[in-house]
Amino acid sequence: MAFDYEKYIRPGKLPHIWCPGCGHGIVMKGLIRAIDTVGLKKENTAIVSGIGCASRLPGYMDCCTLHTAHGRAAAFATGVKMAKPEMDVILVGGDGDGTAIGGNHFIHACRRNIDMTYIILNNKIYGMTGGQFSPATPTGAKASTTPYGNPDAAFDIAKLAIGAGATFVARGTAFHANQIDKLIAEAIQHKGFSVVEILDDCPTTYGRRNKFKSVIEMMNHLKEIAVPVKAAEKMSPEQLQGKVLTGVLYKEERPEYTDEYAKVIERAKGAK
Amino acid sequence: MEKKLPTIEIIEKYCKGCHICVEFCPTKVLEMQGFVASVKNLEACIKCMQCELRCPDFAIKVTA
Repeated sequence: MAFDYEKYIRPGKLPHIWCPGCGHGIVMKGLIRAIDTVGLKKENTAIVSGIGCASRLPGYMDCCTLHTAHGRAAAFATGVKMAKPEMDVILVGGDGDGTAIGGNHFIHACRRNIDMTYIILNNKIYGMTGGQFSPATPTGAKASTTPYGNPDAAFDIAKLAIGAGATFVARGTAFHANQIDKLIAEAIQHKGFSVVEILDDCPTTYGRRNKFKSVIEMMNHLKEIAVPVKAAEKMSPEQLQGKVLTGVLYKEERPEYTDEYAKVIERAKGAK
Repeated sequence: MEKKLPTIEIIEKYCKGCHICVEFCPTKVLEMQGFVASVKNLEACIKCMQCELRCPDFAIKVTA
């Protein structure tokens, strides 16, 4: 039976602005299925984003949405969560928005362990502004600002999140469309700061410059590089060269920020 | 006994012609008609829903 996505989409908003073959639509479908699985209520769900291609996503969603300043999704979302701790807060952003302009907000939100879900759509480039390299652009890759190859090393966003203190970190790809909703659903249900990195394709600004002949080639590339965490345990470091792990990478239980802050308020009330 | 065929609805207004559904259909049910996808061989459909799952543009609905 066909899934009714339109239940969660603002009427008249489709078709969306993303380019032909862009995986953001696939991730949005995954997010909608996850929201449906977990049973979140539209009026009690806030979807917050910054600026960028991926950050256009909340505009299509028929929930409480907030489209904020570049990189500041985590800051605005923290405000929403602190004011209304009963709300389910989901952040959506790209690799540039989340780890460059909003890098500081991102790591400190991880450290704070506030109950939110951050979905990072990593297409390895700044798509909307014309294909400049981002912190997630691989070494040697071409972008409009690195026409002779990128000399920088790329961020491993999942490892960055783990290092910064996020309590749930998962990674999926736009190719593994069936897995996206399961990862996001698990992240939403986790109490604490959850990061879901989805490796995505940008055929328009990344693919064309980096010898990917088609969208299909980019999708198949995602299929080739992805290795599930369990399969990776049996593989040697040589076999894992150039691969990325997918699935739930890290999970721990730690006191959550809004709960801890409520205790601070109680203590302050009791103090003379 | 006659096989019950699913219906594959393609919303042409939403389709951007990215070829994802055509390529990832395991039984090659779909094809490109100009810039939009269309159903070529409905008989071969195994209702795996891959086209609906992968379409980034919300353009395909499969009802089994």
